[in-house]
Amino acid sequence: MRFGVVVFPGSNCDHDAWYAVTHNLGQQAEFIWHDSSSLGQVDAVILPGGFSYGDYLRCGAIAKFSPVMNAVRKFATDGGLVLGVCNGFQILVESGLLPGALLRNRDLKFVCREVTVRIETTNTPFTASATRGQLLKIPVAHGDGCYFADERTLDALEKEDRVVARYLDNPNGSLRDIAGICNERRNVMGMMPHPERAADVLMGSTDGRVILESMVHSLVAAAA
Amino acid sequence: MSDLTPAELDKVRSILKREPNETEVGIFTVMWSEHCSYKSSRIHLKKLPTQGKSVLQGPGENAGIIDIGDGWAIAFKIESHNHPSFIEPFQGAATGVGGILRDIFTMGARPIAVMDALRFGPLDDPVHGARNRRILDGVVSGISHYGNCFGVPTVGGECVFEPSYNGNPLVNVFALGVFRHNEIFYGRASGIGNPVIYVGAKTGRDGIHGASMASAEFTEESKQKRPNVQVGDPFMEKLLLEACLEAMKTGAIVGIQDMGAAGLTCSTCEMGSRAETGVEIDLALVPQRETGMRPYEIMLSESQERMLIVADKGREDEVFAVFRKWGLDAVTIGRVTDDGMLRVKDHGVVVAEIPNRELADEAPLYDRPYHAAPYRPAPMEAPEFVSGDLSGDLLKLVGSADLCSKQWIWQQYDYTVRTNTLAGPGGDAAIVRIKETGTSVAMSLDGNARYCALSPREGARLVVAECCRNLSTVGALPVAATNNLNFGNPERPEIMAQLVEAIDGMSEACRHFETPITGGNVSLYNETLGEAIWPTPVIGIVGLMKTAMPVTIPFKEEARTVILLGGLGSPDVTRFGGTQYAKVVLNKMWGLPPALDMDYEKQVQKAIREIVSEGFAESAHDLSDGGLAVALAECSYNGIGAAIDLSTDLKPELALFHEGPSRVLVSTAAPEEVERIARAHGVESLRIGVTMKERLRICNESVTWIDCATRSLRQVWETALESPVHA
Repeated sequence: MRFGVVVFPGSNCDHDAWYAVTHNLGQQAEFIWHDSSSLGQVDAVILPGGFSYGDYLRCGAIAKFSPVMNAVRKFATDGGLVLGVCNGFQILVESGLLPGALLRNRDLKFVCREVTVRIETTNTPFTASATRGQLLKIPVAHGDGCYFADERTLDALEKEDRVVARYLDNPNGSLRDIAGICNERRNVMGMMPHPERAADVLMGSTDGRVILESMVHSLVAAAA
Repeated sequence: MSDLTPAELDKVRSILKREPNETEVGIFTVMWSEHCSYKSSRIHLKKLPTQGKSVLQGPGENAGIIDIGDGWAIAFKIESHNHPSFIEPFQGAATGVGGILRDIFTMGARPIAVMDALRFGPLDDPVHGARNRRILDGVVSGISHYGNCFGVPTVGGECVFEPSYNGNPLVNVFALGVFRHNEIFYGRASGIGNPVIYVGAKTGRDGIHGASMASAEFTEESKQKRPNVQVGDPFMEKLLLEACLEAMKTGAIVGIQDMGAAGLTCSTCEMGSRAETGVEIDLALVPQRETGMRPYEIMLSESQERMLIVADKGREDEVFAVFRKWGLDAVTIGRVTDDGMLRVKDHGVVVAEIPNRELADEAPLYDRPYHAAPYRPAPMEAPEFVSGDLSGDLLKLVGSADLCSKQWIWQQYDYTVRTNTLAGPGGDAAIVRIKETGTSVAMSLDGNARYCALSPREGARLVVAECCRNLSTVGALPVAATNNLNFGNPERPEIMAQLVEAIDGMSEACRHFETPITGGNVSLYNETLGEAIWPTPVIGIVGLMKTAMPVTIPFKEEARTVILLGGLGSPDVTRFGGTQYAKVVLNKMWGLPPALDMDYEKQVQKAIREIVSEGFAESAHDLSDGGLAVALAECSYNGIGAAIDLSTDLKPELALFHEGPSRVLVSTAAPEEVERIARAHGVESLRIGVTMKERLRICNESVTWIDCATRSLRQVWETALESPVHA
């Protein structure tokens, strides 16, 4: 399968996502420059972590105006798989592809550490190969990862089984311990933890692979 | 404003053969400042070893370069940002990170790791505590802000608290980058007629005379120097990194240098001097973010995130296209000439004209007088002491400012970005893999001003030994070093003596451990109101190893043999006065630092490298601050402790807490193999106990000296820093 990794000015996990897909999963991946109005021939899109546009104004607030985001929106509308990690999650939220907002961490400090998240649903192409309740050790590294939405949205997310992962040891104050969510159609997911940093045995955990592998399996199944 | 002495001004006159104008005086002042010219230290720095078989580039360039095999190389260097970090902690530290990163990528290397050596006054200091906490918080936030956004992992470092830093914190930043041998670039303005191109951020009035500020003591007026501190923009730096590396690939770049200290002045004259050419620029062409800037201000501005490029004539457009793609300014501001002069014009009118070589390389050198005996802040004789509660002493130590967990600091740094960090902060050494080869780079920073205050020469030797030991303990062979010499005012003979002695000690040790110094930084005038910091030479050493799962500090399994490689040592009370025990428990300081036998140290390091790389160590941890008992506690924080029997005639305080070097703790399932390797290297190996669940018990035959739950040790260790920070 062929992944497109979008590169915004200030993206800095683009290469990590590319490496995890190509070297740890053995799939294909290419970079897509933010200025490009087309995604080319890709089967899935990753919006990587980093500080797109320096996180100026608000994290993800400027990236949503990048030409490539029109293509990403169209890709998502057509049912394509879009995974946003960290800054990518923030961009998805700012773009309106996912509900809610990501606020400054509870203790107002950047936090980098391994957290444990629980897979809350396997009814998404991003978690189909996991088991419900599976615990994943994955690093977080962010200053603005506190997931926030109004009560009605949170209730709806839960009712519609769209909370994909929750923190066991909430590092940022996210409401209802939410670490990742998907859209109504379940083909767009955002998460703060970095699965691409937990895809190589040398990095201390391979728990993040199940997210990327689920995407591959779902794409293979859909193509068959 | 001129800080040139009358004699220096005379030298300027004789170089120019006329009176200098205001701009020229400004240019000479920054280039001949202590910060840029090393005029007080240069004659002594010549004693440092700089050659080695893997050294591709020694001192004199933006960073040193080491061969790591397979056609790959690493560039690394350490630099201080002490003065700006005191005046404006957040921006001071942030731009410290930015500056050293540019030194690395201006050579063509992609930065893959940063470490920081930090020194602050105590957080609970009765007078300065609140200010020290504010400086710590600002410095850590600044490093976090810049490094995280730039996308380089901050993988390690050290942080020490001493009253001597109350009025003068230290922020030393180390950065390391990787590239292929054929991707190396130098700061040379070669090729007569080639265009000189300015790229990156626009020039403003910030940081004017930053280099001169960094070459003066602090006084009550120093707070007014806040405008001399630069403001950093890590996003701009990230764009500059990507654009520079991409532009280098076009083949159109001849030479490149960052604009760091002394900005446009330093980059132009150094590039010209190295290539023995002249450089002519017109300031009217320099992108500016403020109006009405005078030539003096443009030449001396230390605005961040700027680079100077010399390109192949006729291929400028290839360079411009890359910078346009990244949304950055790139403007031809001048050309390379054949007359060796730095000629600065403003709208075509010459405003400064100085020979490059004399400006860059002929700063006056001072052989400053120094006393035979460096200043010592402590007596030689030891006081009487007997401990009433050794377990209590251990708890006090693991909860002390220097030995407690620095997690509160390093969790604010992204240490896993780029997915290369095999061992991050909190270990003996950080390990970063090179994805393209099977090699990993281990690195460590070390300094111990307490030892160096007691004896700068012995202290500096111990610091080098300790840093190499950190690398060897993770299985890496130390190959090269970079140093940051932080001292007080060199015009005082007792301080100058500290500097000279420390350089001598560092030279001896670097020669012995075969870790040549490939570059570094000297930071003098670290004084406030006449009070100098303790002599603080900091060393950063890099080592090489095969990429593999790292061996870490904590004991892993119960019922494993604990071996003390190097033995109990033979401590004496005179050499106990610089220990953490003396500092934390006795609140005293005396005597001399621990004795070091460099030959034995080298053997111990050979042995531990072999033990670790052969896979016989389940855990490994070198002994340093706090001695054996603290090292054992550090091995126990994950819940597996040990039952230890020392069977010694030594006094318990000395046996448990002396800081004699050349020792490493190993837990192993193959004790015979460990002992065999130790024997082969002529190193003592003592079986001192067995790992066990949940307790650390240290006995001397039938007498229990220490008995603690691993959980209580961890609790104290883990929370000690955070509590005062939030106070």
